Amino acid sequence: METARKFIKTFSNVPMLGWLIGFFAAVLIEYYWGYDYISYYLGLPKIPVLFGALIMLKEPIMIPGAIAYDLIVYVIPILFIAKVSIFFTNRVAAVLEKTPLWMSAIIHLAFFYGVLHLWAGINDYRVLIVKLTLISIILTISINVINGYQGEFSCSHPGFMAIGAYISSILTLYFFVNDKTFGTAVLSSELGPWLFPIALIAGGVAASLGSLLVAIPSFRTRGDYLAIISLAFMFIVKSAVENLNVIGGARGMGGQPDYAPLPIIFIWTILCIWVVHNFVTSIMGKALNAVRDDEAASESMTVKTRKTKMTAFMFGAFWAGIAGGLFAHVLAYINPGMFSINRLAEILAMVYFGGLNSIIGSIVGAISINVLGEALRPLELFKWIIIPLILILVMIFRPYGLISFKEINAKKLLRSKHKREQGA
Amino acid sequence: MEALIELIQYIVQNLINALQRGSFYAVISIGYSMVYGVLMLFNFAHGDIFMVATYIGFGIATLFLALFAGFIPGPLIFLATIVITMFLASWIGVFVEVAGYRPLRSAPRASAAITGLMIGIIFETSILILLGAKRLSFPPLMESIAYNVGGVYFTNVKVMIIIISLLLMLALHTFIQKTKWGMAMRAMSYDFLAVPLMGVSINVIAPLTFAVGAGLAAVAGILYGQAYPILDPYMGVIIGWKAFVAAILGGRGSIKGAALAGYLLGFIEIFVATIFPSTLRDLIAYSIILLILTYRPRGFFGMEHSTKLRL
Repeated sequence: METARKFIKTFSNVPMLGWLIGFFAAVLIEYYWGYDYISYYLGLPKIPVLFGALIMLKEPIMIPGAIAYDLIVYVIPILFIAKVSIFFTNRVAAVLEKTPLWMSAIIHLAFFYGVLHLWAGINDYRVLIVKLTLISIILTISINVINGYQGEFSCSHPGFMAIGAYISSILTLYFFVNDKTFGTAVLSSELGPWLFPIALIAGGVAASLGSLLVAIPSFRTRGDYLAIISLAFMFIVKSAVENLNVIGGARGMGGQPDYAPLPIIFIWTILCIWVVHNFVTSIMGKALNAVRDDEAASESMTVKTRKTKMTAFMFGAFWAGIAGGLFAHVLAYINPGMFSINRLAEILAMVYFGGLNSIIGSIVGAISINVLGEALRPLELFKWIIIPLILILVMIFRPYGLISFKEINAKKLLRSKHKREQGA
Repeated sequence: MEALIELIQYIVQNLINALQRGSFYAVISIGYSMVYGVLMLFNFAHGDIFMVATYIGFGIATLFLALFAGFIPGPLIFLATIVITMFLASWIGVFVEVAGYRPLRSAPRASAAITGLMIGIIFETSILILLGAKRLSFPPLMESIAYNVGGVYFTNVKVMIIIISLLLMLALHTFIQKTKWGMAMRAMSYDFLAVPLMGVSINVIAPLTFAVGAGLAAVAGILYGQAYPILDPYMGVIIGWKAFVAAILGGRGSIKGAALAGYLLGFIEIFVATIFPSTLRDLIAYSIILLILTYRPRGFFGMEHSTKLRL
């Protein structure tokens, strides 16, 4: 235990940039030697997609090989490069620290994206997982605004997602695609990717308008009524879509153009994190927390409680709509059954697993549940016993989720660890 | 005149169907409401408790029919199935309380809701793993005889379902109003802070409430199996959420409200399905509920105070 702590402490002076370079080195190793040498000599049939989890569960005999692969490709290079490069990375981080925060953040994110792109690009399956995980992050953050920061219990997120997905799909299919239901394209399909954000935002706005249907009746009284009204809303959206044969009804709607490649989704995710972070740390966000903790007291402190609650609710619904639009264009097929109780259970699992009132918690929750879901896929049905059990344990030991009530501090995250080294 | 008689026949016919459908919702939503009354939170696993209870009922009924059919009269088998299934199912309720809700007594209510949901998913998956995806069919415990009274058709099964549900609710009413345990439950829902100080432990009353709710769900399950014999691991999700909506509509924690709202939901569903295409059933039913809750947020018999959802 003591040695482990010491070992971890030796990495305390590695800045974020160092970890990114380590990750970059690991991905390069996997990219150039992963298939030809490493997995070949370890007796693995191909490059393990999700750190070998799938292969380990399918064929237990491969477990040592997969673990060795993880060590050789990921753990050792990341730790080694991160440690070796501290002299260089701390200098660079110190230089970046002097630039404005946004510039430093953009450089880090661009670098991170490059590495992620390379990592995901090795395998199509990885690309899909990363895309869906990023969309889940948007979704989880958007529900955290309502269930965490606002302290309500909303069940309508699948409904908002469905609205966003359908509206944006209708727009892109109508304008940019020669489709059976909507006829020939109105605009040139080359404009599509450029005008796609407008379609997405239209979906988001439609979702937030739809949220008024829930917000207006339910914010008159506090309590569980939001839960039930939002639940009713979700069912209403689902069965309304099922009955609209113009947009496919229960059969669903397909053929959305592929306007959502990985970089676009990544940019939307970062945008979502940034905007929501600014929202919850703004005066409005603080007012929202005050309303959650004590509505009467906050009202006496000049907080317009109703307006605050409505704004936050519409804001959360907007991002759920964006996530829905991206989801539709990633899968290129949607049907009303996708936006039902099962989706709700998944979204709630992600937000409560990760942690309430915390963006970083939402990110952790979305990634954990998604990756866990994919990694346990070989177990088939048993997956749906293991994931709920994990969630129950999290709820029992950390009732607010793993990382709750914590905010990201970008400045602290990105700063050079050089000074601490000098001080020691 | 002809047309009027036909209309009346039509209405009465649908009324019987609606009463039957409403009986299931009413009996199940009482389970939600009772738990809410005592613990101030919803047991989201209740729909799946209903599902598991139906499977247990299926097992018991099949076993009894295989063993005793012929030399023990049918009604007795029926009664024995109900009693034994109620007993077994109530232990599932106790299990859910002890495993899922007791560790979270002091935790935020939303966390307990998540635990309930997850226990429900575990139940569904366990049934799928144990019994496979094939759809089982519930054996009829009673010979179905169709009657025709003045142009209205109904079967004895339908009448029995309605009567047993009503008797059950009457029994529950007596239990809650007349017995010591019922008094403890009422006291607990009146003030859950003071009552434990008077020597009534919440760790006794809460499992009891869950057990009673699960027992009711078990009867509902057997009756449901008589009316709609196909069993499906996800039936609890569909029926359970609707019963949950009915429990809210009746007013949180109000048992008579839950029963009334359950019947109302049955009426809405049946009448919507006869007037409009049946695909619109959910849409219109939930829209009506949304409308009612907009104008009466407390539900029919909801308590006056509004409680804030603790984070």
